[in-house]
Order: sequence, then C-alpha cells, then structure tokens
Amino acid sequence: MPQIDQIMTTYGSQLFWLVITFGLIYFVIGRSMFPKIQGTVDQRKAKIAGDIAAAKAAHARADEIEEEYRVAHARARDAALAVTAEAKAKGAREAEAKVREADAGIALHLADAEAAIAAQQTAALTEIEAVAVEAAQDIVARLTPAKITKPQVNRAVKGALADA
Amino acid sequence: MAAESGKIDPMHQFEIAPIFNGGFELAGQTITFTNSALWMLLTLVAVWVFMQGGMKRELVPGRWQLMVEGFTGFIDDMMTANIGAEGRKYAPYVFSLFMFILFANILGLIPIGVIGGHPFTVTSHLTITGVLAIVSFSIVLIVGFARHGFHFFSLFVPHGTPLPMIPFIFVVELLSFLVRPFSLGLRLFVAMTAGHILLKVLAGFVINSTNAGIGYGLLVGLPSLTLMVGISALEILVAVVQAYVFALLTSLYINDAVNLH
Repeated sequence: MPQIDQIMTTYGSQLFWLVITFGLIYFVIGRSMFPKIQGTVDQRKAKIAGDIAAAKAAHARADEIEEEYRVAHARARDAALAVTAEAKAKGAREAEAKVREADAGIALHLADAEAAIAAQQTAALTEIEAVAVEAAQDIVARLTPAKITKPQVNRAVKGALADA
Repeated sequence: MAAESGKIDPMHQFEIAPIFNGGFELAGQTITFTNSALWMLLTLVAVWVFMQGGMKRELVPGRWQLMVEGFTGFIDDMMTANIGAEGRKYAPYVFSLFMFILFANILGLIPIGVIGGHPFTVTSHLTITGVLAIVSFSIVLIVGFARHGFHFFSLFVPHGTPLPMIPFIFVVELLSFLVRPFSLGLRLFVAMTAGHILLKVLAGFVINSTNAGIGYGLLVGLPSLTLMVGISALEILVAVVQAYVFALLTSLYINDAVNLH
C-alpha cells in the first residue's frame, strides 16, 4: 500500500502542499468568500422578512381604512337621512302654514261677502218697504175716501211684511 | 498502470511521484511538485471557480449562485443545528473542510484515464486525512480548554454517573475521545482507498478477461463492467457522504468543546 510505504518519504511534501492549498481554501474561500455569501443570504432573508412585515402592515392599514370608510359612510348616510327628514318636516310645516293663511284669507273674503249680501238685503228690504208704503197709500187714496196718514200705512205695511 | 507486464496493479494509482524533477529540502524532507500536489491545486482551483458563482451576490440568485448558496446554507444550518448560534463562528473552517474533501473526492473519480490522464485522489492518503483530522481535533482541544479550562474534563463524566463508577467511566470516555482523530482520519482514507481499489480490480478483470478471449470477456468482463458502472455511482455517493460525515463529526466534536454536552 503506497499510502503506508511512501509515508516517510512523502509526508513532508504532502504536508507542504496541503498547508498551501487548504490554507488558501480556508483563508480565501472560508474566511473571505463564505461570510460574504452568508451575508448575501442573510440580507435576502432580512429583506424577505421586512417585505412580509411591510405587506402585513399595509394589509392592516387597508383594513383600518376600510373600517374608517365604513364608519364615515354610515355617518354620512345618517346625516343625509336626518337632512331629508328635516326638509320633509319643514316642507310639511310650511305647507300647513300656507294652507292656514289661505283659509284665513278665504274666511275674511267670505265674511266681507256675507256682510255685503246682508247690507244689500237690508237695503232691498227697506226699499221694498218704502215702495210698499207708497203703493198702499196710493191704493187706499184711490179706492177709499178715507184719509190715512203716512205713519198708519207704515205701521200696517210693517205688520204685513213681518207676517209674511 | 503496469499493463505491459500483463499484471494490473490496483495500488499503483495511490503512488506519489514527482511531476517535475527538483525541489528543495525542508526539515529533512524533499519537497517536490508531485501528482498529489497537482490534484490539491486542482481541488483549490475547482473550489475557487465554483465559489465565484456565489460572489455575484444578487438579491435574486441565478442557478449557479443558488447552488453555491445551497452549499453554504447547508453547512451554516448544520453548524447552527449542532452547536447553536455560536456555531457560525466555526462555519468557515467546517465549510473549507467540507469543500476541500468533497472536491478532492469527486475530482479523483473523474475518469480522465480514458484520455490518458492519471487521476489521483488526494483524500486516499492517510497523511492528508490524518492531518485534517488532527487539525479538527486540535480545534476541539483549543476551544474546549480556552472556554472551560480544566472544567473541560467534565466532558468525560456524563451527568448522573454514580460516584464509584466515575474513574472507570472517565477512562472509557477519555479513550473514546482520544480515538476520535484516528476514526475521523481513517474513515475517509479507508472509504476512498477501498472504493478506488475495487474499481481498479474490476477494471483489471475486464481487461484481463477480454485479453484472454472473447468468451471470457463476455462471461467475466461484461458483468464486471456492469458492476463497475453501479459501483462508480456508489462511489460518487460515498465521496459526498464521506465529506458530509467528516464535516458533521467535526461540528459535533466542536459542539462538545463549546457546550460540554
């Protein structure tokens, strides 16, 4: 077995080259390149973790915004409902007032008209009475020789009219 | 391979030979650029090229970057799972260990023999695996004593041990602890060596039986070749699993040193 047979003559040479090559691997690759690659991997892990955390935060923020929007929406709808209800009530109140005003106007007109009718009626009645008195005095004068006075006729006509 | 002599030596692939003549003396040892050194350098280059894909450092990774990040993340997760948050401190070492062993194992399996190359598996040598195991074990000892001082010895006395049993348990636990570097180094060395020997022996069957005649070739060579295909797939799995086991055991041992059970 050459590994054993040659060991005394070659160990120095093997050691020499092993120290050089393994030393270079250890110092150049193990100590210098390996940590850099580790760093890259760690950096990537950190970046991924950071991105995931940011995404989670953004997700939470989106939920929050949605909740805020929902609350604002509900509030706006309530406000709108209140405004419309108020407008409706105000409209009803105004209409009622206008109707009442119009009613009052109409009543006033009605009273005026009734008063005018009553006045005219009274005037007509008085006129009829005067005409009736004159007619009765004429009829009596023509038909009878009796002389009657105006107050007598007046009284008689008034009584007749009151009976009618 | 000594094919011209008619005998195929399955151990030849493990021989270390200088590629360039020359070299220098260092502490009684001749340092030359050998095939082992070449494959160590190839491993280094392959790992470095592979890692370049991870250096794009884009936020959204491409396929290559994702592959590199898969490897780093695998070791990172293993260290965090076995040691805890502190495990990341030792991740560069375990990652280097894992990548070096994995690429050395895989490169040794690449069948460049068909184009005349001679693949060599760096990790099939006890010298290499032993040194890596000793380095891992030394880290465990240094971390253990630096963090806990002599309290580190309480690692050898599990909780709830009855008082009369303590000396005996201590010796048993100490022995199992001291065996760790040997088992760690030997496991990888044996797994790599055995797999490559098996492949070479079967390849020898194919060549020798076919040389002996078409009948033998069909009778022995063809089943051997079929078996080689399966074993090659298995060896790729072993190459990955052994690298993983080495890294995993190192992380578990470091956990002992950091957390003391």
